[in-house]
Amino acid sequence: MSSVATPAPVPRRGRRRRRTKLQRRQTRFAWLLLVPALAVVAFVAIYPLGRTVYQSFTDQEFLAGITPTKWVGLDNYHQLIHDTIFRDTVVLTIKFTAITVSIEFLLGLTIALVVNSHFKGRGIMRAIMLVPWAIPTVVAAKMWLWMLDDTYGVINDLFVRTHLISHNQSWIVQHPLVAVSAVDIWKTAPFVALLLLAGMQVIPNDLYEAASVDGANQLQQFWRITLPLLRPAILVALIFRTLDALRVFDVFQVFFGYRLGSQSMAVYNQSVITQDGHVGYGSAVSVAIFLIISLFVVIYVTVVRVSDE
Amino acid sequence: MSTAAEATRATVRPVSRSVRLRRSPLGRALLRLPFWLLIVAIAVYALFPFYWALRSAITPDSELFTTPITYFPSHPTWAHFHDALSQSYFRRALLNSTIVAGSVTALSLAVGSLAAYALGRFRFRGKSFVLYLMLSMTIFPQIAILGALYTMISGFHIVGPVHFPKLYDSLFALIFSYLIFTLPFTIWVLTSFMRALPADLEEAAYVDGATPLQVFWKVLLPLIAPGLVTTGLLAFIAAWNEYLYAVSFIQSPSHYTVPVAIATFSGSSGNAFQFPWGTVMAATIIVTLPLIAATLLLQRRILAGLTAGAVKG
Repeated sequence: MSSVATPAPVPRRGRRRRRTKLQRRQTRFAWLLLVPALAVVAFVAIYPLGRTVYQSFTDQEFLAGITPTKWVGLDNYHQLIHDTIFRDTVVLTIKFTAITVSIEFLLGLTIALVVNSHFKGRGIMRAIMLVPWAIPTVVAAKMWLWMLDDTYGVINDLFVRTHLISHNQSWIVQHPLVAVSAVDIWKTAPFVALLLLAGMQVIPNDLYEAASVDGANQLQQFWRITLPLLRPAILVALIFRTLDALRVFDVFQVFFGYRLGSQSMAVYNQSVITQDGHVGYGSAVSVAIFLIISLFVVIYVTVVRVSDE
Repeated sequence: MSTAAEATRATVRPVSRSVRLRRSPLGRALLRLPFWLLIVAIAVYALFPFYWALRSAITPDSELFTTPITYFPSHPTWAHFHDALSQSYFRRALLNSTIVAGSVTALSLAVGSLAAYALGRFRFRGKSFVLYLMLSMTIFPQIAILGALYTMISGFHIVGPVHFPKLYDSLFALIFSYLIFTLPFTIWVLTSFMRALPADLEEAAYVDGATPLQVFWKVLLPLIAPGLVTTGLLAFIAAWNEYLYAVSFIQSPSHYTVPVAIATFSGSSGNAFQFPWGTVMAATIIVTLPLIAATLLLQRRILAGLTAGAVKG
């Protein structure tokens, strides 16, 4: 994307020496404009990241001062490998990611295909789809927690009425993964649909017209035109959703608090740091999560590269 | 989209039953019926939780906690709204969130538009490096630096006597840490807006003797005003909705932001045995109304900003 050349805003003609001087001045000015942004990024992102890595090699506690923090080498990482609670959170989070990302993608694609046709009220429809995304996840989680209530919940009522279930379920206790996934899917499937819709709208209509002149039916058009041309949008949506799902915190924390066995990676990490005050060990957990997420990025990029060739 | 082709074909060929059905107004409506059912289903799916929150907020407790449940309240009441708004920490949370999200948005736009000016309108070495740095920041997992931020805001020595102020349990901690996800995003989107502007206006201003800063302030900034609204709104929503840092760095209820307040809500109407769901639902309606209004009004702009942020990556 940086290959898009920006026209220099200064008059381009002039003697060569003056131009280079001007260019140098411009470069200096541009960096000057970037100073505040780079300072902020260095201070709120790069330094903390480095510090997290450093802390992960120490036994730092939140109530420092009682015992001085010391360097413990790889001790935290040794402990992490044998930490079965952490292992469970990794498994649970990956399960959650697999469930939500695949359903959100399929549901989002279906919704996008429906909304992509011309009809009155398409603008309103798009606005409606944006609303679940715009509200805080905590609020969405509370709304669903009440809807999933075991006695007075509307989900139980609807499912019992339609005979999908025979009696009221305690969703939070019996089907925790289904319950959190339902909130996430509700909140983001319409959003995925909007991303895909944006991709669909740049596909030129001529292609479909040409295809239908050639006798291709709707299904063939979908497989041969829509899906291949939508590939970039699909990839972006999938990558962003996967990264988001892997660092999920809000829904899990609101639904289960810090209940053992129902923690996502981020909930566990946050509780180690802020509830238990084990800043050193918690930083090692952070680094592990960071590596797990990076691993997924690498896998995605490799898959894309390989299938491109 | 194939109707034109079929209409011309139909004049030469004997008209088949399906084509006849497709041509009559009633038939067309019937064929469109499954489509409209799908549209309605999608809308109901997206909106039902809001309806349910509203219905629960205006249903009196005596009716709310009975089975079989009612889908429409027979005696609607505002009591839960009064109860929610009478909680002082909930009102405080609304104010706190406005302060935090407002400050974060203003800071991000100020710092971000300067950076976007450099990245979008100048050619210099290291530009693509800065752009990719910002892009990688936008997908940065916030949890990864929680440990370090926690140490930093608890007050620590930077170098020798230089001290970072203790920000724990203050709104400054949030304003500071929220910049990590609003600023890179703001820079990324505003740069794409800056880049899309034609060079002529700028050149004319330079010929008239304007300085680069004047060009920025008087020519470019007014032109990317729609971009500022879009990114500002997205940054505001992101900061307004943030929960992880808010629940980690804030302790006293008087400093709660909206998500923390909602998550820990316990109104006064509930008794010891029943959680005050009616009041909680009233509170959720109160905090979502401004967001819903903003999204409905600025839907097109938000989508433009989101796709600029996502698809162009």
